[in-house]
Amino acid sequence: MRKRWWVAGVLAVLVALLAGVSLGPVSLPPGSVAAELLNLIPGVHLDSGLTEREIAIVTELRLPRVVLGLLVGGLLALAGGCYQGVFRNPLADPYLLGVAAGAGLAVTAVIALGGAGRQGAISGLPLTIPLAAFAGSLLAVTMTYLLGAAGGRSRSPAMLILAGVAVSAFLSAGQTYLLQRHSDSIQPVYSWLLGRLATAGWHDVLLVLPYAALTTVVVLLHRRELDVLAVGDDEAKSLGLHPQRSRYLLIAAASLGTAAAVSATGLIGFVGIIVPHTVRLLAGSSYRVILPLSLLFGAAFLALTDVVARTAAAPAEVPIGVVTALLGGPFFVLVLRTARRVLT
Amino acid sequence: MSPSPAGPPAVEVRGLHVSLDGTPILIGVDLTVVAGEWVTVIGPNGAGKSTLLRAVGGLLPAPQAITLFGTPSTALRRRDRARVVATVTQSPVVPPGMSVLDYVLLGRTPYIPPLGRESTADIEAVHEVLDRLDLTGFHSRELATLSGGERQRVFLARALAQGATLLLLDEPTSALDIGHQQEVLEVVDQLRHAHGLTVLATMHDLSLAGEYADRMVMLADGRVVATGTPHEVLTERLLATHYRASVRVVPGTNGPLVVPVRPRRA
Repeated sequence: MRKRWWVAGVLAVLVALLAGVSLGPVSLPPGSVAAELLNLIPGVHLDSGLTEREIAIVTELRLPRVVLGLLVGGLLALAGGCYQGVFRNPLADPYLLGVAAGAGLAVTAVIALGGAGRQGAISGLPLTIPLAAFAGSLLAVTMTYLLGAAGGRSRSPAMLILAGVAVSAFLSAGQTYLLQRHSDSIQPVYSWLLGRLATAGWHDVLLVLPYAALTTVVVLLHRRELDVLAVGDDEAKSLGLHPQRSRYLLIAAASLGTAAAVSATGLIGFVGIIVPHTVRLLAGSSYRVILPLSLLFGAAFLALTDVVARTAAAPAEVPIGVVTALLGGPFFVLVLRTARRVLT
Repeated sequence: MSPSPAGPPAVEVRGLHVSLDGTPILIGVDLTVVAGEWVTVIGPNGAGKSTLLRAVGGLLPAPQAITLFGTPSTALRRRDRARVVATVTQSPVVPPGMSVLDYVLLGRTPYIPPLGRESTADIEAVHEVLDRLDLTGFHSRELATLSGGERQRVFLARALAQGATLLLLDEPTSALDIGHQQEVLEVVDQLRHAHGLTVLATMHDLSLAGEYADRMVMLADGRVVATGTPHEVLTERLLATHYRASVRVVPGTNGPLVVPVRPRRA
């Protein structure tokens, strides 16, 4: 039964890839697009019947955007699922924990203080941005964790989320302050904040790829430990695990993934809640299954959301973060209702 | 039935001191459990029973005080200790949504390489344990939906899947009705004889404790105040002194039976 979900996940990614590349201001026949995509595999030469210009649209404009969407969606969903396991908290998500706000503040600081405020200076992603985002996200998750623990030993799931909300608000205030003081950076920062999949090129994909790979490998290799952590630290210890060690490593990995996603595409919320919970409902509650499937379905979800974002109000584009928030808000209420038992 | 005198004892505790947040909980506790024996620790609330079990299970720092099968506990790596000692805590966490199979599979953690996945041998071991505890039909059920007695069997199954020969049971029957209490303790005793397990338990129900234990240890205020066979420990005088209880102890088939009697008015 689990095998069936794996196949479904791979199919979803392929459908999202094909739809993402085919649909847009110039609609291309999916069959020809598929042929052109296969041509990217060395040694394959198919006649797609597309013109030079259409081929350029496929490989230079749409494909990097779709691939970046797949990467970021997969990362955000994986990070969300990972946080939920690490904190034993169904509501944990890169955004609700303040991790994304931390990354956002750090990136804003780099843009505003680093003299990158000049127009267009971040159209190509400087190397410093993902690193700053990682530092910011680690700082934020540490603050949330410590603040959530301030309630004493009975560390409740609701406390952690409240702490995350407080940390988010605090860091966002810092970000607003920075923007006020450096008003020349408002425009580039906001165009980045609202999600910059629109301007994605292969450069961005290459920059995110190593972080994405590292996060994915670390989290997936440790996914079994998340199942062990589910029985609590004491029992995990008597099963031979070092719970704190696993927890720190997984938090670092998930935060690195979040930072990479945020620095590439700005703030895209709720993916880390919607996808892992849907997977959990469909395919079972073991993290051995949830995490790899979240990666696949998260990738497909964001790539398809991006199709909606750029076709719903064509020729204008709706920021993708707005679309995910519109879907995610109601979904969050749903999760809250089903998780009530765990929270109280 | 009689524990074999050969080989080092399963548990040897010498002069164990434990303080939690500056409060002394255990003060110079000595305890020996011979391999194959069932020893039950009793004592009034707050006597330190659970703390003693946690220390033996390696969850509390106890330098030099505890030896397991001849090896100092501190010399064991956590994974190796988990292959020797399995613990069923007083109220184990029931992860929402987890199936019985996945839960029992957690018991194989000390055998699965840190970055690896479970082998077919691990899966087989789990099915064997489920079979032994009459849980075969339950493997795809959600743990949270089982009744108290069924859950307690699943908790035991996870501990057995660890392949450990020393079983620590903290109040294994506290959540069960009287019928299921007997059922669980019978299962533990059968497993002990079939697999040569050693059992160290804590219990509140004194009659029940006395019927199953080879030896008993009474703790009060962090100190061992009595140790011996159930007949030697479950006496009206000891229970009056340390539990402030008014009881009558009557002889039973498998051990003394402790019956509470309403105290006379002063």
